[in-house]
Amino acid sequence: MKLAVRDAMRCVGCQSCMFACSRRSGNAGLSNTCIGVKSAGGISKGYNVIVCRSCENPPCATVCPTGALVPKEGGGVRLKSSKCIGCGLCKDACIIDAVFWNEKDNKPVICIQCGICAKYCPYNVLELQKDKKGVSHDAE
Amino acid sequence: MMPNDTLSKVLYIDLTKKKFEVKYRRELFEKYLGGTGVAIQLLHEECPEGIDAFDQESPVIFAVGPLTGAFPLASKTCAMFKSPLTGDLGESHAGGRSAIAIRMAGYGAIVIKGKSELPVYLTITKGKVEFKNATTLWGMKDGSIAARVMRQTEGGEGLRAIFRIGLAGENMSTFANVTTETYRHFGRMGLGAIFGSKMLKGIVISGKQEIEVTNKREYRNLYDEIYTTATESPVMKKYHDVGTAINIKSLNSMKALPVKNLQMSSSDEIEQVTGEEIAKNHLARRIGCAHCPVACIHLAYLREAYDDDPYFYKTTPVCYDFELIYSLGTMVGIKEAKALLKLIDVVEQVGVDAMSMGVVLSWITEMLEKNKITQEDVNKIPVAWGNEIAYIELVKNIAKPSTDFLKACAKGVSYASSIYGGKEFAMSFGKNEMAGYHTGPAGYLGFLLGARHSHLDNGGYSIDQKEMVKTELTPQNVVDKLLDEEAIRQILSSIAVCFFARGIYNLKLVSDAIKLLGFDLDENQLHEIGRQIHLNKYKFKMREGFRINKLEVPERIYETADPTGKITKDFIKTGLDYAQSLIN
Repeated sequence: MKLAVRDAMRCVGCQSCMFACSRRSGNAGLSNTCIGVKSAGGISKGYNVIVCRSCENPPCATVCPTGALVPKEGGGVRLKSSKCIGCGLCKDACIIDAVFWNEKDNKPVICIQCGICAKYCPYNVLELQKDKKGVSHDAE
Repeated sequence: MMPNDTLSKVLYIDLTKKKFEVKYRRELFEKYLGGTGVAIQLLHEECPEGIDAFDQESPVIFAVGPLTGAFPLASKTCAMFKSPLTGDLGESHAGGRSAIAIRMAGYGAIVIKGKSELPVYLTITKGKVEFKNATTLWGMKDGSIAARVMRQTEGGEGLRAIFRIGLAGENMSTFANVTTETYRHFGRMGLGAIFGSKMLKGIVISGKQEIEVTNKREYRNLYDEIYTTATESPVMKKYHDVGTAINIKSLNSMKALPVKNLQMSSSDEIEQVTGEEIAKNHLARRIGCAHCPVACIHLAYLREAYDDDPYFYKTTPVCYDFELIYSLGTMVGIKEAKALLKLIDVVEQVGVDAMSMGVVLSWITEMLEKNKITQEDVNKIPVAWGNEIAYIELVKNIAKPSTDFLKACAKGVSYASSIYGGKEFAMSFGKNEMAGYHTGPAGYLGFLLGARHSHLDNGGYSIDQKEMVKTELTPQNVVDKLLDEEAIRQILSSIAVCFFARGIYNLKLVSDAIKLLGFDLDENQLHEIGRQIHLNKYKFKMREGFRINKLEVPERIYETADPTGKITKDFIKTGLDYAQSLIN
């Protein structure tokens, strides 16, 4: 399954998706979110909804100097946290800003395409789509 | 509360010395939760008795609550200050991203004192406060441009709030507001003027952190329960669909909608400015505050042709709701949606409270009609009911006043009428201009007795509509109900959830929710804390000279038909005397 933005024009900017994503850790707040909602140059212009596109040849993994980001079959990456040194190159390499950062841990937060954000979007902005192979990309 | 919760951190900023420090005030939050409860304590601590609201030692306080960033609809920030409009308690609530940004930046409250010698704006992020030169942003005719510059200059996109004032705040109009996220406001009571007096143009605040809960499974379950109620409740759907503007039609039909400075309470010329009609013809987008799935903010797009260039149009997004349609529409006799949206837009640009401005405009119109002032007093602007072009000019002239009369108007109708007369139709209560509810005596007692003279303090208008129209309540009954409701609302604004969610967050749910943030308080204890906070607010008012027996009531409310037929001098006086006896 792959996360997709169905219609960003319907986004109201409530950020329920961001809170849902971060809540996977069990706690409240926004430290662990790996989805972003920000205005498209002022709120009146609507919102940009930023999700990991699960690139097939992911630039974030290409630049990782320690092999902490491992490309997955069908696209996207998996984070091996123990190997990460917090250099931030992955964050800079993602030109859509979909590599988010946990400031306390000083490590990236990588989307695992679980779709919890879509579940908490009240306006159907997000959806989980089957990819070409119809496989689910669960990560550790 | 949880041992490591950053809610207990209070950020103290000194604009004179350009310094800041953090103090851990755990005891304050454990006793009063946050929001209103903590802010009023900080105001008692920080505001010297009898000080001029514009003195540099006069503080500005912002506070959020334990549920901010943890549960949906907890999206409000409470601001407290000494009001330059009323001379006593200034309290104002705003949503947008303000509350989430303050909590995620790692603070429960912010106290700002001092005065900068140059215009400044503040950036607050990652444990630091920076003082940025805002000289170039000072004096812009449209406050949204200053916000745009801060947005483009500073970081934290998607995680930040941007507060700013407009021209009216810079010029210290006592009903100037502070705008956040372009369309939300710390309105009422003149916070924008306090910013202006401190040469503080704005604040950019951002952050992103974790909030620990006591029990992760219970947290998820309760979160889901509240989220589901919020997204499926018919009441919340009403706020989303047409929004509060839906009430224009119903209040008009029951003769409760102020028209032309409340000379009338209904009009047969409102068809184009009902919530339904504006939604059908102009609504472009709905917006939610951060962490609120309801999305009750309605944005219309105003499309206007340029006279000098065929097929070239200006498209302006304009935010509207019930209060704006009342104050800048029916109150000043505007009956066309485009005219209304144009007037709202200029009020946004200069940064004033829309309700206060609407009441000021309508009072001026009647003063002219009655020849109590001259054309020279209003800079020869051809002010007349329904003339939006004239009103747009008048708004600009009040934001930057040139005549003595306009300077007085920039201080509200209570002040202006004390000099120029017309008190009997100067529609303010406790020196705060009225909201759009001529519903009955409970509404007016609510305005008069509410700690910040807001219709939202105690919902008196609701008592009128639900009870006064069909049952006989004594003034004492009404006052008891108002005080009880206001005490409960102190809890909502302390934890700090939106009052629109009052049907969801009953005290049992509040008790369950704050327990997950480490607060062990049952419903009775919460009720008692609410009463105490309410009392603390009244203590501040009394300290600063507020007296119930000095309240002035404009005669107009007794003259215009209302749904209950019970607005009498005797009812209001008996209610006020009873409230006075309770205080004694």
